[in-house]
Amino acid sequence: MTVQNPNSYRTQPDERGHFGQFGGRYVAETLMPLILDLEREYRAAKEDPAFHAEFDDLLEHYVGRPSPLYFAPRLTEELGGAQVWFKRDELNHTGAHKINNCVGQILLAMRMGKTRIIAETGAGQHGVATATVCARFGLPCVIYMGATDVERQQPNVFRMKLLGAEVVPVQSGAKTLKDAMNEAMRDWVANVHDTFYIIGTAAGPHPYPELVRDFQSVIGREARAQMLSRTGRLPDLLVAAIGGGSNAIGLFHPFLDDPTVRMLGVEAAGYGLDKDHAASLAGGRPGILHGNKTYLLQDDDGQILEGHSISAGLDYPGIGPEHAWLKENGRVDYTSVTDDEALDAFQLLCRTEGIIPALEPSHAIAAVKKIAPTLPKDTIILANLCGRGDKDIFTVAGHLGVTL
Amino acid sequence: MSARLSAAFAKGHPALVCFVTAGDPTPAATPAILDALVAGGADVIELGMPFTDPMADGPAIQAANLRALGAGTKTADILAIAADFRARHADVPLVLMGYANPMITRGVDWFADAAAAAGVDGVICVDIPPEEDAEIGPALRSRGLDLIRLATPTTDAARLPAVLDGSSGFLYYVSVAGITGKQSAALTSIEEAVARIKQTAQLPVVVGFGVRTPEQAGPIARVADGVVVGSAIVDLVAAHGADAAEPVRALVAELARAVHTPGSPAA
Repeated sequence: MTVQNPNSYRTQPDERGHFGQFGGRYVAETLMPLILDLEREYRAAKEDPAFHAEFDDLLEHYVGRPSPLYFAPRLTEELGGAQVWFKRDELNHTGAHKINNCVGQILLAMRMGKTRIIAETGAGQHGVATATVCARFGLPCVIYMGATDVERQQPNVFRMKLLGAEVVPVQSGAKTLKDAMNEAMRDWVANVHDTFYIIGTAAGPHPYPELVRDFQSVIGREARAQMLSRTGRLPDLLVAAIGGGSNAIGLFHPFLDDPTVRMLGVEAAGYGLDKDHAASLAGGRPGILHGNKTYLLQDDDGQILEGHSISAGLDYPGIGPEHAWLKENGRVDYTSVTDDEALDAFQLLCRTEGIIPALEPSHAIAAVKKIAPTLPKDTIILANLCGRGDKDIFTVAGHLGVTL
Repeated sequence: MSARLSAAFAKGHPALVCFVTAGDPTPAATPAILDALVAGGADVIELGMPFTDPMADGPAIQAANLRALGAGTKTADILAIAADFRARHADVPLVLMGYANPMITRGVDWFADAAAAAGVDGVICVDIPPEEDAEIGPALRSRGLDLIRLATPTTDAARLPAVLDGSSGFLYYVSVAGITGKQSAALTSIEEAVARIKQTAQLPVVVGFGVRTPEQAGPIARVADGVVVGSAIVDLVAAHGADAAEPVRALVAELARAVHTPGSPAA
């Protein structure tokens, strides 16, 4: 037993995979033995220096870590308040933070002797990252993607195919990320003997929320050390966009026990919180879906509602259970920004810093745009630039009335 | 165990357990389909609670869930269908089968009270393994409702006692690692699994997933206490809609003949 510090926010989940009332293992019996195996194997891997060495080596030489910590001078000047810094995870191989987690999970899969990989994807970023690590290690890969998303994310579909993955368009439900996750779980339950499911965000049944968080925490560990080295102090405010919440928990977790560091998670308010949106903390309530208890967009009967966001990566009606817990205990603040605000922020960063952000971190930038002017100039805001925007130029062009 | 379920497994022959989705194709059509299950010879009724995200179900039952929700089926309709069934059929056990979220969304105590008041005998919840029993188990058991758990080919001997602890009514053996309605398991593997489970289980063991025809059901009934048929019935509802009752009755009658007299030539 490790000694639990009752004042720490970094000791969750408990031994049953719960973050307070959230998290857990709400899966069909067929999957339970596998989930328990995965937990045992993850515990062993965590204690194994060889596992960490291989993970660190791949992150450095294959992914390109550490990612830079960047002070954004022109954006700071334009906003006229706090200093704005970015953690540049959009410079990773494959263009987003997703690859950090995929490297960790495929090493676990091979450790468990699994020979086939499946994953779900919404925008295609996690699908591309999964297909990438499968190509790197020579494992067959099946990506489930809603048929609607397949249509609107053709470049990523082609990338996955180039990388050797089979992309299965999912025709059920609204044919988006939630349905892709359902179909991936159906595949998994039928192929538990040889198949490993690389879940793309810090959600799903225990131990996924914990292990995805741990793999993504490289973001926050690097940022904390880089900030101390560059400025001699910690940032005052961390900001990150939240769909399932893996980039945010990866940035936040290493800072949770630093009491001077405030944190802000930014959900997708879509057309507005009174219309279609994907802000499960702001507009949902606790429920059970996809193996965990967390905040969900749902009706009075507990039927799950479809999320909407201009960002396909945030378009999910749930959120990782650790965020649900951090909201309830008040350690992290959560807000939301609309599609239009995210589009404005997207253009602002292009214009002021020469960086084309993905629509997901554009939500974080939109929140920074609101907050920075209200804070003194010696305040430091650190936002996670978790993905680059190449994949989004068609969507943005469409919204700006430009035909490519 | 509920008295009705006890009686259903004490008839001197294996039990035929039949599944339909509540509200498919409409809430108004379900009572006649349930009556057809009883008329055909079903011993236990499983009434599916439709859910937007039926992760353990194959295409047939997924589509049934969407048809039911598309027809506006609410939890209140499902409970009313159950209560009306109980008024018409005092002795036929009725089990609700579904996913956790609709069961807990108003608080599990609300759900347990409502199910008990509707005359429901037990509940099967696909995504509540023994590890999360606290979510619904105590509330159901305290109202005399059976929590019916599932065992699968991946439930090994070491894990089986955990699955049985807190289970009552019967044990539902999922004969294939997979989703409903797709592939079927070899009879020898089912026979071995049921024999292994019955060394530990004090409960009746019924076998389901992938059982569609009298030819499949009869031999399984020889090695188990009951057989579940779902997707094949749901397919008839899909094909015949509001007129499904008679074709459903005819299929269930054939299944019942095979299950109730498992040694018969028809099987």
